[in-house]
Amino acid sequence: MAGFNYFPHTDQDIQSMLNRIGVNSLDQLYADVPADCLYQGQYDLPEAMTEQQVRDYFEGLAALNPRLKVFAGAGAYDHYTPAVIPYLTQRSEFITAYTPYQCEISQGTLRYIFEYQSMICALTGMDVSNASMYDGPTAAAEAMRMMVAQAKKKNTVLVSATLLPQVTGVIQTYAKYAGITIKEIEASQGQTSKDSLEALIAQGDVAGAIVPSINRFGIIENLEGMAQALHADKALLTVYCDPSALAVLKTPAQWESDIAVGDGQPLGIPLCYGGPYVGFMACREEYMRKLPGRIVGQTTDKEGRRAFVLTLQAREQHIRREKATSNICSNESLMALWVTVYLSLMGPDGMKQVNDLCYQRAHYLYAKLLETGKFQEAFAGAPFLKEFVLKPLVPAAQIQKKLADAGFFGALETPEGYVSFCATEKRSYQEIDELVKALAL
Amino acid sequence: MSKVVESLKYSETHEWVKVEGDIAVIGVTDYAQKEMGEITYVDCPDVDDEVEKGSEFGALESVKAASDLFSPVSGTVTEVNEQVVDDPKLVNDDAFENWIIKVQMSDPSELNDLMDAQSYKSFIKE
Amino acid sequence: MKYYDKLIFEISKPGRKGYSLPDVCTKCQGTDAIPAALRRDKAPALPQVSEPDAVRHYTNLSQMNFGVDTGFYPLGSCTMKYNPKINEEIAAMPAFAGLHPCQKGLKGVDAVYEGMDRALSAITGMKHFTFKPCAGAHGELTGLMIIREYHMSRGDYKRTRIIVPDSAHGTNPASAAVCGLDVVVVKSNAQGLVDVEELKPLLDDTIAGIMMTNPNTLGLFEKDIRQIASLVHEAGGLLYYDGANMNPLIGTVRPGDMGFDVMHLNLHKSFSTPHGGGGPGSGPVGVCEKLVPFLGVNVSGFNGNFGVILRAYAYILMLGRENVKMCGKLATLNANYIKESLKDLYKLPIESVCKHEFVFDGLINDGACEGKEGASTLDVAKRLLDFGYHAPTIYFPLLFHQAIMIEPTETESKETIDGFIEVMREIAAEAARDPDILHSAPHTTPISRPDETTAARNPILKYTEA
Repeated sequence: MAGFNYFPHTDQDIQSMLNRIGVNSLDQLYADVPADCLYQGQYDLPEAMTEQQVRDYFEGLAALNPRLKVFAGAGAYDHYTPAVIPYLTQRSEFITAYTPYQCEISQGTLRYIFEYQSMICALTGMDVSNASMYDGPTAAAEAMRMMVAQAKKKNTVLVSATLLPQVTGVIQTYAKYAGITIKEIEASQGQTSKDSLEALIAQGDVAGAIVPSINRFGIIENLEGMAQALHADKALLTVYCDPSALAVLKTPAQWESDIAVGDGQPLGIPLCYGGPYVGFMACREEYMRKLPGRIVGQTTDKEGRRAFVLTLQAREQHIRREKATSNICSNESLMALWVTVYLSLMGPDGMKQVNDLCYQRAHYLYAKLLETGKFQEAFAGAPFLKEFVLKPLVPAAQIQKKLADAGFFGALETPEGYVSFCATEKRSYQEIDELVKALAL
Repeated sequence: MSKVVESLKYSETHEWVKVEGDIAVIGVTDYAQKEMGEITYVDCPDVDDEVEKGSEFGALESVKAASDLFSPVSGTVTEVNEQVVDDPKLVNDDAFENWIIKVQMSDPSELNDLMDAQSYKSFIKE
Repeated sequence: MKYYDKLIFEISKPGRKGYSLPDVCTKCQGTDAIPAALRRDKAPALPQVSEPDAVRHYTNLSQMNFGVDTGFYPLGSCTMKYNPKINEEIAAMPAFAGLHPCQKGLKGVDAVYEGMDRALSAITGMKHFTFKPCAGAHGELTGLMIIREYHMSRGDYKRTRIIVPDSAHGTNPASAAVCGLDVVVVKSNAQGLVDVEELKPLLDDTIAGIMMTNPNTLGLFEKDIRQIASLVHEAGGLLYYDGANMNPLIGTVRPGDMGFDVMHLNLHKSFSTPHGGGGPGSGPVGVCEKLVPFLGVNVSGFNGNFGVILRAYAYILMLGRENVKMCGKLATLNANYIKESLKDLYKLPIESVCKHEFVFDGLINDGACEGKEGASTLDVAKRLLDFGYHAPTIYFPLLFHQAIMIEPTETESKETIDGFIEVMREIAAEAARDPDILHSAPHTTPISRPDETTAARNPILKYTEA
């Protein structure tokens, strides 16, 4: 045997182990497998690379990807990641740990998840958070399922036309197979129409509605009266939010929503081409036992010391199987640690400052882009934070090309033909000026 | 040895029924509470909910298990024992004293399908 | 490991900061210019700590954790193999980590997805994979959606039932329910395998397919799989392969060759990416040729967990076409070696060669005597923690009351395995002598057994200031 650095077995080890088992060869361990199931061919895989070759190979691939400064949002935001976060999350006690079922040797994981749950509750104002979902869109789909389960006999969920398309897309996928009816709440002036919401409620069968806090046009929505309209019909409200922006915006709890969901990516998680991110999901206390996914709770050990455990597990698939609240098993634990460390470092003041910086840069960019004469306002006067859309007067593709040539990524086109831009605290005024200059040419 | 109360009716899914006029008082048996271990949560229907004989009306949860509750009769829920909801341990303490729901029966003849104490005793011995 | 009691909120002090950000422009408007009706009324109750405070706090937390780099996980159905470090460096490369998910025409990224598609297809005998699912159960759901799409595309709307063996992982029936399928359970026979005679009468024109784990959760190869595949296919159903137990087959058996039509892989199990304390995972779904048109099921926001896919691809390239053949074999060798070394002390319900894992049904002599309860599987598991090992998977599968499910992987050496065997034998001896030693375990961990009943009866799920 040539040997491989991840396999510790020597030829002698293998032989003595085979002897103990009482078989002659490794192949004999597969004697129960019918011959026509054994693969006899050559695997269509490359020859093994050395570690240096692997590194060189990926550096080669990396070089094929243009490095662009990100002026796009659309559900993934280029916020700064403090160096502490990758350093701590790479600690092998965190990253190589299993799910904390054995609580006595998993207090590290259990404690940071408890902190994470507390921080998600602080941002959303909700009573209870789970230990995370795959991403924002799947968290929204789970919220849909939760509202239908809570409503017992009603089977329609209303979804705002102003939600990000990837959120609506995943909701529709989950709804299709679960036999849940999805109806779209119309947009008016780029915001969820309350009239449309009320008209749909009047049609009956509504279990709940999902609306955004900041929508796909970047507009901060006014959700006044929506929860009340739904509650009057014994239906629930889910608000989809950007958790970073929640540090300054009215919370889902203040809008009297029942469930809050969203993607934790803006809280220090790198863009990484779309994942891994972390979906968050929080609700009012009365729906705690309908919340899907893992949840960490506080208790004491036999000596009376504070201890943390996975709790309320009777909701979960490994106990309730087909009657579980969801099929979810994995959470995004390590990404929840990214979020927890980020929020620890930022604190309330840092979060306010990040939002102020985003606000100022995005509004500067907005004004400068209008000055080029190549855009018109799409929703004049609508409040926005770090992301906005404009009506382009030249084809979007042309704008995107000019940006890319100058080293920028932005001007994502919406189905209505608007283009969207985003500026976070990472984008300097100099970069904004350069971007505008490139477009003006 | 699990306790069985003489005057009650029993289902195969380990619920007991005490008949008070056309009201059925429903709980779980001592045998069921022992099987579950320490009960952490009792999931109950709302008052005015309809229940159907043989179908789920709630669930018991312990740390490592969950068990559905099945209604031994059909009818409308008239009362839910909030004490048990607030303190599930009561079911462990005395499963017969601490009922779970009361149901206004729509068809009292369904009671005839249930076991008496003697039959239930031999049923749990099997 | 030492006990450290603080929560980050408890080392917070107003005025401390852990961030380093540019100054806000004092001449321009900030978020205070957002209409008051849209702003929150008070700042969120987040901690205020300095950077060194945060680093020390989380380092202290990490030291109460066990990981693959700390010690051995004999954890059944979880495949806790070594997580190569080069993978982490590659996933962190700014030219990958800095990419926005909506960027198009990224040749370096496309090459990763194409390379992974080809490699996973080669290893499994499938035609193509989708990488959108973010975890194993998410993959199951996606695969079942594909099965439903296939039937519906043929106008065959009544296939809404799915067969799941009683030994299946809990996610199987749960995923089926989320997908709107009714679960039909098929029983295992005395050999722990799907009973073909029990299966036959279930196969009618309402069956969408069957979900199978092979080797199953007892670690046994379903040797009738080709016959089962023919029966299900003849009845118009499809076969779903639960890839949670793929590790022993890597390099030896391909699900496609067994007759499976659709499957998922857990990259965080079979393909070495770290479990991260519960995730992120990645659950790519592969299909046979006729199901390729349905691969586009939209189940997550962007492009799947790209960072995890990168790590797994680096692992496959390190492994290469020759080493891949040893992967499953060495894992299977380790499992059989443990089984043979312990079966005189632990009940082995089914005597047979196993694959990557096997199940004991508790101790042969649990030490029970008058007035003293015997040592349970939970007690054995907790006692292992005292000796520096993670516990096996316990009380699963549900077929046995005292199930202890053990899975070593190919990255564990004979010395590690021998050490584990020795400890398992010592624990068995302790149980026979005095089960109370086990009842009160663990004794050396940062906390002792916690009160889980109170945690569930009176849930405390977030920090509140004292």
